Amino acid sequence: MATKKSRFLESTLNGHGAFFIGCVVLFVLPLLLSDFRLNLLGKFLTFAIVALGIDLVWGYTGILTLGHSVFFSLGAYAMGMYLKLQSESLPDFMMWSGLTKLPWFWKPFAHAWFAFPMVILVPVAVAVVIGVPTFRARIKGPYFAILTQALALVFSILFIGQQPYTGGTNGITNLQGIFGYSLSEPATMRGLYLVTAVMLILVFLFAKWLVSTKTGRILVAIRDGENRFRFLGYNSTLFKVAVFALSAALAGLAGALYVPQVGIISPSMMGILPSVEMAIWVAVGGRGTLIGAVVGALVVNFAKTYLSESFPSSWLYFQGALFVGVVLLFPQGIVGLVAKLPWLRKARIAAAADQESASAVRG
Amino acid sequence: MEKAIVRIEGVSVDFSGFKALNKVDFSMDTGELRFLIGPNGAGKTTLLDVICGKVKPIEGRVLFGDGIDFEKLTDYKIARCGVSRKFQTPSVFENLTVFENMELAVKGGRGLLASFRKHTSTEKDRIHAALRTVDLEKRVFSKAGDLSHGEKQWLEIAMTITQEPALLMVDEPVAGMTGRERSRTGEILMETARDRSVLVVEHDMNFVRRFARTVTVLHEGRLLCEGTFQEVGNDPTVIDVYLGRGGEAQENGH
Repeated sequence: MATKKSRFLESTLNGHGAFFIGCVVLFVLPLLLSDFRLNLLGKFLTFAIVALGIDLVWGYTGILTLGHSVFFSLGAYAMGMYLKLQSESLPDFMMWSGLTKLPWFWKPFAHAWFAFPMVILVPVAVAVVIGVPTFRARIKGPYFAILTQALALVFSILFIGQQPYTGGTNGITNLQGIFGYSLSEPATMRGLYLVTAVMLILVFLFAKWLVSTKTGRILVAIRDGENRFRFLGYNSTLFKVAVFALSAALAGLAGALYVPQVGIISPSMMGILPSVEMAIWVAVGGRGTLIGAVVGALVVNFAKTYLSESFPSSWLYFQGALFVGVVLLFPQGIVGLVAKLPWLRKARIAAAADQESASAVRG
Repeated sequence: MEKAIVRIEGVSVDFSGFKALNKVDFSMDTGELRFLIGPNGAGKTTLLDVICGKVKPIEGRVLFGDGIDFEKLTDYKIARCGVSRKFQTPSVFENLTVFENMELAVKGGRGLLASFRKHTSTEKDRIHAALRTVDLEKRVFSKAGDLSHGEKQWLEIAMTITQEPALLMVDEPVAGMTGRERSRTGEILMETARDRSVLVVEHDMNFVRRFARTVTVLHEGRLLCEGTFQEVGNDPTVIDVYLGRGGEAQENGH
């Protein structure tokens, strides 16, 4: 029999209590943090949105993807193109490359009604185009991971190579404002932070709801036994494409929120390395838990910031050690580690016993 | 004469040179409980694989019900036609509860939108009824991964039953079960066979003797003979290749 106290702690840390505290913290932080730190946090919150999408695909459905930076960047570029055209009718890098006219596919991005949906639709379209043939051919596991990595490489090479149209290695820089607000104003940054925080909360709630429906069980069923699942009469390809596309949409949304806060988008966000980092966030936080994805994205990125401020050249070693350490020592990630804390465990076991006896009564 | 639920005509399966099935003709009537026996490597499981679309034959065809040709249908579409299968090793979704496993299996929508729908009370009743049949009602909220081997077998049987298939295929249902569990499994299969066709692959001769009405014997990818357990047991070729060897049949008898 667990004590009242430990049960309260458990529900606080795992359930609505933790969620509520998290929301409060997100909205109080703008009052406490410096503009610089808040801007940093805003950026990391967009990473948390990507991580939630990856958790749905990897943690729940068991499909490791190492190409999500592509979807993130596609959303970011769509937003970057829109913002660029707000201040310049012909982007600077196009002039440097000798273009005199805005390319046709850039033109509609001057309008929010076109650019904003594209933030989602372009990543989704790419995800569907990649997903349908590969999932239909039953390509999975490491083969799919490698394929998505190749996707990241191809896209970064493409964007670097098409200098006149994408800004090449530099990307789209020197973004000035959004909806008439200057991006150099701290107030604008605070506003963008709040929008991002709200978006993260909405995405989190949506993901929580999604995994609570039968869809959540379907994703886990695909992870645990795709053949069994198919012989129950389900088309697993359909669900895999859908969840992959959904996570691409979330990554695109995150990219679009990232750009105005950082003021630049370049192919450095698009390659293999950032893609792998995104998977690391989820692994470190704890797969298949949703909250773990958020925690992982924040913890790893703050660690990265502080460690690279203190030890500029050795962050990558820390990150490598962190990843190896997590995989070897606590494969369930930070969330799994927290759940193993003695008093939380006791409370959990008591809760499970309660449920068992309740079901016994019903049966 | 009953109508055939499944008719296999001249089916061959080739695993890179090894003929797992060689021009097999097989047919089963609607509402029949049929046992499929044969030594290891006879092609029993492969025959089930062919019917449910896991393996595509290099020749021959599989006709189902009113003449649906399974050749062009993928596995999940075949399942939707009314074929369900219990695998040799219990394959349930270990991280889901017993109820959640059943919820995925219960006959109903299989599309993207249907996956947001909550189960109806009829579906819930059906799930509970099926769980009652296999004595798992008290484990509704247990994780399937926490069940014993025998319970997992039963859960999978319950899942296949709740799909309400026209044809239920069961691969070695009593493997790893205790004597009491075996009897119960046999009863469950008999009950199920009252309103649908059931095809059982089994090694355990005592079990077959007790529950089989009609037995089909496969040997080295060919159909050897068919009949009641008595007839089959007295067939000299069968005795020669299988029963008479005293090996497998006896060893697996207990």
